[in-house]
Amino acid sequence: MKKSGTSTITTLDTLKVKSKRKSTIKNLERREKIDGWLFIAPFVILCIVFFVGPLLVAFMLSFKEYSFLDSNSMFQAKWVGIQNYIDVLKNPTFRKAFWNTTQYSIFVVPIQLVIALGLAVIVNGSIKGKSIFRTVYYIPTQTSAVAVAVMFMFLFKKDGIFNKFISLFGLQTHNFLSEPRFALPVIISMAIWSSVGLYMVIFLAGLQEVPDSIYEAANIDGANKWQTFRFITIPMIKPTIFLNVVVSLIGCFQVYDQAYVVSQGTGGPLDSTMTVVLFLTRTGFREFKMGQASATAFILFAVIFGLTLVQKKFLGEETAM
Amino acid sequence: MKKVEKKKIISFGKIFLYIVAIIYAIIALGPFIWTLITSFKPAAETSQMTVDFSKLTLGNYAYIWTKFPFLRWTFNSIFVALVVTGGNMLINSMAGYGLARLNFPGKKAIFLLILAMMMVPGQVVMVPTYMLLAKFGWVDTYKGLTIPFLYSLFNIFLMRQFFLSIPKSLEEAALIDGMGRFGIFFKIAVPLAGPALSTQFILTFAGNWNNFLWPSLLTSNADHYTLPVGLNSFYGQYYSLWNQVSAGVMILTIPTLIIFLLFQKNFIKGISTSGLKD
Repeated sequence: MKKSGTSTITTLDTLKVKSKRKSTIKNLERREKIDGWLFIAPFVILCIVFFVGPLLVAFMLSFKEYSFLDSNSMFQAKWVGIQNYIDVLKNPTFRKAFWNTTQYSIFVVPIQLVIALGLAVIVNGSIKGKSIFRTVYYIPTQTSAVAVAVMFMFLFKKDGIFNKFISLFGLQTHNFLSEPRFALPVIISMAIWSSVGLYMVIFLAGLQEVPDSIYEAANIDGANKWQTFRFITIPMIKPTIFLNVVVSLIGCFQVYDQAYVVSQGTGGPLDSTMTVVLFLTRTGFREFKMGQASATAFILFAVIFGLTLVQKKFLGEETAM
Repeated sequence: MKKVEKKKIISFGKIFLYIVAIIYAIIALGPFIWTLITSFKPAAETSQMTVDFSKLTLGNYAYIWTKFPFLRWTFNSIFVALVVTGGNMLINSMAGYGLARLNFPGKKAIFLLILAMMMVPGQVVMVPTYMLLAKFGWVDTYKGLTIPFLYSLFNIFLMRQFFLSIPKSLEEAALIDGMGRFGIFFKIAVPLAGPALSTQFILTFAGNWNNFLWPSLLTSNADHYTLPVGLNSFYGQYYSLWNQVSAGVMILTIPTLIIFLLFQKNFIKGISTSGLKD
């Protein structure tokens, strides 16, 4: 009797302890849920107010005819279906802007990445002072696009140092910034110069991932430097190449600052420096056509998204980020 | 005999690499050095290709700082960049930590949404955000230049990857000792996050300091310009005064360079260890 009584008590005690532990765990789990939301709350609130909300509004506006100066609210503005998209795509200035941006990207992305990869290979090798070279190559990346644009205009002006330099070789000097055929190439050269360092650092990270043993094996098999680079380094850093192509392309399609400074916001001479984002801000903030500006923004988004998917297909599915 | 030849080829290759490395270093630094020299030149010397060291002067800096609102623009830039950078470091680190360490309903969905939103170019939300800020009365104010920019999707992603890469054992021990989550975050996790935090600091500070598009839309009164907007307007009006414009370029350029040089060791480490790996 006594015995069984004690055992009942013990069982009860263990049960109590167990249920207490269970409730502590439950408490901890509940606490964790609350803490989790507290940790992300500031971001979530800001993101909803300044990103998700505006994104939805932008989507709605792209189907409406609305000006910022209208007295009506945008919700009452006239619904025009896909007319804004049609208007933008038919607009000759937009077409020029799109063509300029495409040309710009076609030149900037490959040249920039080839230079960046070359420099990354050099500063990843055994040369002396490589950390100094790395730092020096990265410095232009830290510089404001406005400063870069102004510096380049100074270098490329009619009596600037670049013209003086090429005239030493008997080449004809040009007023690079007021001749439409040169304005875009100057912007292209600024873009390449000012962001090579970023892609170099990312390539460097990729190169350092390649195990030395593979290079040693290739060396034993008698591969020369170029073969090693072509058949080992390039395939091994394919994911990094993909990442860089995507980041660089996305950046290129958003080009704005340099084009704005060079043309003082006009996209001139003769629309030769008009870019998609410059067209967007002009439509939205000078002509106050909020609907068309939003439509332009979504066209830009679609292009960037499409290019990313194409790149992914092109460079291989296995390199998924 | 053969061995010697091979060595020679290698050293030629090496010399070639050094030449390329040095030429590109000159290309990378040349424009800065030329602009820096020009910023010290008196007006009469500006278009000379030579440098007369006895005539160099600080006058251009003094002139644009006293006769034009460069001092005000510099203050605006410093204030805005510090507020935005401080806010980002706190908010992004907290969000990254929450997503990496804590289990709560909706976490997966939020992380996937962050990845999806990173694909959306910022310009898409420009028009509605401007309208919203106009409604709040925040156009042409510090609030408008700072509050919408206090978080960054990319940096939240970066911080999450970083916190996933460090061991949890320390934090678990502290949890058992009864420390709260915020205590663990500030006292244990943040001090371990040095490289990731410097990466974030450099990227955010430079990104904000150099930002032109947003401040140019959000400010109309010249007193509220940040340096890039101010330099652009100064250049637009006085583009023939190259020595003074060059001084303006240097005022805009030097602070980010100093910050980069101070933090760069951790920065390159941060990019290569936490930023781009999954």
